[in-house]
Amino acid sequence: MTREIRLEVNGQTRVAHIEPRTSLADCLREALDLTGTHVGCEHGVCGACTVLLDGEPVRSCLLLAVQAVGHAVTTVEGLAPSDPAGAGSGLSPLQQAFQDKHGLQCGYCTPGILLTAHAFLRDHPTPTHDEIREMLAGNLCRCTGYHFIVEAVEAAARAAAGHQPA
Amino acid sequence: MGAKLFGASVKRREDPRLLRGEGRFVDDIKLPGMLHAAFVRSPHAHALLRGIRAEAAAARPGVARVFTFAELARWMKPLPLFGAIPPGLAARVDVTMRQVAQLAMARDRVRHVGEIVAMVVADSRALAEDAAELVEVDYEPLPAVVDMIAGGAPGAPLIHPEWGDNVALRFKTGFGDAAAALSAADVRVQERFYVQRYVGMPMETRGVVAQWDPRDGSLTTWNGTQVVHFVQQGLVTALGLPANKIRVIAPDVGGGFGTKATGYPEDLLIPAAAIACRRPVKWTEDRREHMMAAAHARHQVHDIEIGATREGKMLVVRDRICVDLGAYNSWGIVLPYNTVAHLLGPHRVPALDVECRAVVTNKTPNAPYRGAGRPETVYAMDRIVDCLARELRMDPAELRRRNYLAEADMPYEIDIPYRDGNRLVYDSGDFRANLDAALEATGYDRLRAEQAAARSERGILRGIGISGYVEGTAIGPYEGATVRMDASGHAVVATGACSQGQGHETSFAQVAADALGIPLDWVTVVGGDTAAIPFGVGTFASRSAVNAGSSILDAAVKVREKLTAAAAALLEAAPADIEIEDGQAFVRGAPASSVSLERVVRSALPTFAKPGAVTADFEATVYHHQPTVTYTSAVHIAHVEVDPGTGAVRLLRYVVAHDCGRLINPMIVEGQIHGGVAQGVGGGLLEEMVYDEQGQLLTGTFMDYLVPTAMELPPIETVHLEYPSPRNPLGIKGIGEGGAISPPAAIANAVEDALSPFGVRVTRAPLGPDAVRALLVAAEEKKARDAGAGGGRA
Repeated sequence: MTREIRLEVNGQTRVAHIEPRTSLADCLREALDLTGTHVGCEHGVCGACTVLLDGEPVRSCLLLAVQAVGHAVTTVEGLAPSDPAGAGSGLSPLQQAFQDKHGLQCGYCTPGILLTAHAFLRDHPTPTHDEIREMLAGNLCRCTGYHFIVEAVEAAARAAAGHQPA
Repeated sequence: MGAKLFGASVKRREDPRLLRGEGRFVDDIKLPGMLHAAFVRSPHAHALLRGIRAEAAAARPGVARVFTFAELARWMKPLPLFGAIPPGLAARVDVTMRQVAQLAMARDRVRHVGEIVAMVVADSRALAEDAAELVEVDYEPLPAVVDMIAGGAPGAPLIHPEWGDNVALRFKTGFGDAAAALSAADVRVQERFYVQRYVGMPMETRGVVAQWDPRDGSLTTWNGTQVVHFVQQGLVTALGLPANKIRVIAPDVGGGFGTKATGYPEDLLIPAAAIACRRPVKWTEDRREHMMAAAHARHQVHDIEIGATREGKMLVVRDRICVDLGAYNSWGIVLPYNTVAHLLGPHRVPALDVECRAVVTNKTPNAPYRGAGRPETVYAMDRIVDCLARELRMDPAELRRRNYLAEADMPYEIDIPYRDGNRLVYDSGDFRANLDAALEATGYDRLRAEQAAARSERGILRGIGISGYVEGTAIGPYEGATVRMDASGHAVVATGACSQGQGHETSFAQVAADALGIPLDWVTVVGGDTAAIPFGVGTFASRSAVNAGSSILDAAVKVREKLTAAAAALLEAAPADIEIEDGQAFVRGAPASSVSLERVVRSALPTFAKPGAVTADFEATVYHHQPTVTYTSAVHIAHVEVDPGTGAVRLLRYVVAHDCGRLINPMIVEGQIHGGVAQGVGGGLLEEMVYDEQGQLLTGTFMDYLVPTAMELPPIETVHLEYPSPRNPLGIKGIGEGGAISPPAAIANAVEDALSPFGVRVTRAPLGPDAVRALLVAAEEKKARDAGAGGGRA
């Protein structure tokens, strides 16, 4: 028993045919082939599935896709410059900082962390280490021990503020 | 051959795709006509299976098939067993071991919560899960064995009745005259230490996709595994197909830590379903399944005693070890013997007496997890060393300095065999230098002064804890590599080692690019695909850099020789005069002669006019033999603050001074240490798989099983010491696991140090607030009793 919904994802209107019980995470991954959003626990703790809803981080495993209708959804696929042939390596400054600072290992939790940090830096352009750690507390990473993630977020903030990356 | 890339913190080449959300994990794979599996798992820890009724489930719309043991009987061969006793070990240690192979689906008895009893395959995962709820299973519950000590005693309920008891493995070993040393010791300290059950918990759960191709009778399966060739071998046995008809691919894998290095029922069940249904089938584990059905780890009890002189010279260690294996003994000798082989670690101890037994219980089967016996044994040893220091009224750093081995002692033999049957000989390192470097980085003396001042002036409880380990890494016997040039003069490196985030595409390319004389970007590394190389072992046991790296180096050197011969023919020069750099070949001293490797490779191809200048063979395969391990070592120092009111432990600083030989990529090494420490901190403070007395798992979500967040971890300070290993051509040692080994011990020592005014003794991990409060309450009660008793006498 599927129904058609229209979602605004990464600035485009997308049509999905889903069961009403489908989570936003499953809808993005299965119906819209946006597999950059990862599912880690399906109970709202690990943060791997974080996407932005009207700019604010939400757990896409705890939200039904139908609840996202009428809102703007941003996934990790919407963070990078859209034209791969464009400047640089096709990474946003935040993504680039994660590569520069070794802020990821397996990369599974990374999309959720990128979106959380993306919204955070918009609201806190010059964060302290403690503020960065508090922001990250809702996203579990099992590989990095977080230290290089903190450094990456800090480097992105500094770069945005016009400083040389540390 | 110039080492331009080896040793450089090259940025990781795998990062851009992962950062853009373009990684390809198992659950990202979507095939036409694909079905989805869900499992019916036992809700009982121990029960007999009396019957299964699947008709209602099978009749649900969208359900393709429901499989019980009976439908799959022809494929239900025993799952692979690991950890056989090698001859060299059997010759010196009398091991009694029993292993019974698990079947992929329970036949007549379930032995832990989460064991599979049926599989539903349907058009979607949701439909499969709905139908799985309708499968009716008749269980006859049996008494469960939960506690390992009681479970190993006579009269306990039997998990594998044919054994007659629950002891799967038993051995004793040692050297020197331990009894005499103990009676001669000025000081003896003994204690029982308990290390809890905790696990790898990768952020990506397990997953399997399988596709059967009836045209040529071949199976392709994508599996988030660390060991593609082991999975392939298991399928060869169960399906009766030759290896070349089974392709196992581990695509991007979201963390492994050992959890994904064991053999699992689902590795076989999903391919079996794909063959039976003639359609692709996918299964993605959910987190609840992961907690109950993916391998558990750790879980030991040590009754340990140490004897020493009054000056603190260690004379003897005696340990009685019990290992909880969970429901099956799939890993044989591995965990128990690792525990014993790493007990003494960096210390010089002239006598050792160990007895070890491993017990099956009605819990999820255990498998090696990052450290694999070492965190447990280091916990016992470093705790008893701190207890000895207290008894001697000696600073714990000084006691260690008096007993740690130094570079002049290398090579140093501990007179028991290693797990691989070879002599246990430390090849390199300076454990006292590790200690001194860690103390210096910590500012130990200053910190001790601050600690005293904080305690006396402000009533703040801070503690410092030290732990050191020596780790046999990179167990052999081999990992292979094929290096081959393509028609563009670029290289492909194929190896059986698989990456789960360790950055193989970068560090292996650094080794290959240096050896071939080509830019890093010209190297493509292929791991985790049985079609790329026929034989392999896999990534676990801190083994890939040493085993695969050595093979890559040797194979690349051979390919470079072939390129040199071809360039010599092309340039009409002697091979000895040919240089290759940055993808160009030229005659030494004549840079104008430079030609691209693309031209060199193409010059070997026949044309209509003439045959190739040389044979067009620019490929080499090497299976580097690594007979035994190489020894990584480290000293960790934890600085903590304990709130006696809440029992909360806050890590203020964490320092690691370590030696893993030469560093291929220091940035990646540092990341491995950080991640290992983070997991060790989890084991020290937070993480525990908890069962109740009926064997019900109480930790089924991330709200119950707590892994560290960014708030629990301080920055991790690292000092690199480099004592190259003489046991491989790169001089490297494994570093994947090491970070996870010492934190539980270092934190326990630090907490006990912080609470020294209360006279508590920490004997159990983890040290959550409840555990710390319980220690303080017990200490207060004891103080009150003692005061009462003392008052009575006065």
